[in-house]
Amino acid sequence: MSGQPVLAEDGLSSTAARGFDVEGVRRDFPILQRSVNGKPLVYLDNAATAQKPQVVIDAITRFYSHENSNIHRGVHYLSERATAAYEQAREKARGFLGAKESREVVFVRGTTDAINLVAAGYLRPRLREGDEILVSQMEHHSNIVPWQLAADERGAKIRVLPMTESGELKVEELDALLTKRTRLVAVAHVSNALGTVNAVRDIASAAHERGIPVLVDGAQAAPHLPIDVQQMGCDFYCLSGHKMFGPTGIGVLFGRAELLEAMTPYQGGGDMIRTVSFERTSYAPIPTKFEAGTPNIAGAVGLAAAIDYLSAFDWNALTGYEDEVLRYAHETIGAVPGVRIIGTAEHKTAVLSFLLEGIHAHDIGTIVDQDGIAIRTGHHCAQPVMDFYGVAATARASFALYNTKDEVDILAAGLRRVREVLG
Amino acid sequence: MSDLRELYQQIILDHNRAPRNFKEIDGANRVADANNPLCGDKFKLYIRVSDGVIEDIGFQGSGCAISKASASLMTSAVKGKTTAEAEGLFDAFHHLIMGSDAEGDAKVLGKLAAFSGVREFPARVKCATLSWHTLRAALAHTENTVSTE
Repeated sequence: MSGQPVLAEDGLSSTAARGFDVEGVRRDFPILQRSVNGKPLVYLDNAATAQKPQVVIDAITRFYSHENSNIHRGVHYLSERATAAYEQAREKARGFLGAKESREVVFVRGTTDAINLVAAGYLRPRLREGDEILVSQMEHHSNIVPWQLAADERGAKIRVLPMTESGELKVEELDALLTKRTRLVAVAHVSNALGTVNAVRDIASAAHERGIPVLVDGAQAAPHLPIDVQQMGCDFYCLSGHKMFGPTGIGVLFGRAELLEAMTPYQGGGDMIRTVSFERTSYAPIPTKFEAGTPNIAGAVGLAAAIDYLSAFDWNALTGYEDEVLRYAHETIGAVPGVRIIGTAEHKTAVLSFLLEGIHAHDIGTIVDQDGIAIRTGHHCAQPVMDFYGVAATARASFALYNTKDEVDILAAGLRRVREVLG
Repeated sequence: MSDLRELYQQIILDHNRAPRNFKEIDGANRVADANNPLCGDKFKLYIRVSDGVIEDIGFQGSGCAISKASASLMTSAVKGKTTAEAEGLFDAFHHLIMGSDAEGDAKVLGKLAAFSGVREFPARVKCATLSWHTLRAALAHTENTVSTE
């Protein structure tokens, strides 16, 4: 969490003074008006999926109502409109990521799909027996299993960059872990289970000194942090639309052009070819080479609207506000008797994982749901993280730009009630 | 709140706090593992069966209040019963949790009727039924770990 909140002279917090109007933001998200179990919805499961602002919902409806057509093939008016909307979405994603060229932006189903694409198209053909892939100890299963599948097939192995008790990667151990056999480094920008913001720039530069490419899983970073892939120096960056206020089923793989060009296609089909005969096929240039079949056009349009929505905020105001809410959550939830917070890295965002002494996370989830509070309970698709802390499951509150300190208070009251019920 | 009290009935809270038969038993001849990894419920069930009678039964492990209380009450209910009677209890319990009859067969179920509230919480059905499926697997000598997820 960066910086302490500064109180302005009129008593307003610094973010209010800088003009982050959370009540206005909340009005942008229609689902936040509904109630659950007779209580106002307190949605704290944003790391699983974020809610959608009206502008995203409208963009998808508008596309299907007025512009729907297939892309890259029709000469008719609607096809041209749809193609333009799809390619405009690609350009917006390029801008959002700070990529040099829009052909470095591949539309995929989501982060998982992006990682599998890199595993199949980049890693597999280059992987030999005895080679190594370095991942971190705090990875989501989607940044472990695709590499494992490739490693098992080739007799390669996964090595692990460890973390400290507070949930920070031991970057100083990179020197020993990056070897002549390391073919790829794969690391989360932000941990979904702990909220740690990793030093991806340092990791990329250490790997690059040895000529090793780096993939960054940005699924949890995209809704919270400004991203600049060039400054970060990563070779691949993956994100999911639905975690950044866009629709499900659309995501982005950024890849450096020279790497994408050298890669084999992921899936074969229509749209990804230049010429096809029964003897041989030549492929379309990047990024089309990786977009076989009719893509999620409306999803790309919805993602573009989400990027527009997110980009309209001042990043300093947004991150300042989110940091303030997270810091308040650490203090307030941490003060509930019996709570142990899991993940206390110095630099973290948006995620608060915790245990309640003697009470299983699943019971916590059910009981606070009666208060309209949505949190995640379980292993968060990060079993190695659970193993590290010696727990089977945690409860996780994850925040977005529309969450408030009042909602943190409601969660704290809910947790006190959990203790009463199961006491 | 009333729904919560229906789910976490006093007897369930009691068996969660102080589970019965919570130990590895002597001379177990049937053992089965239960694991719902998404929830983090993990138990091991030990049974000693002789001449078709469950002479002793115990369990160890960790899980949520519902899964733990269910394992505790299940072991209490089937101890001393024939395997056929245990199968009958499995069916009655399954009907209570999944069926349309809100009361269940009270005479057959006894204390197990405390789980009637689970039907209102579909996400928790797998917690309540985990130990029962594990019992069935142990009696059938199934070696795979049981999961209800």
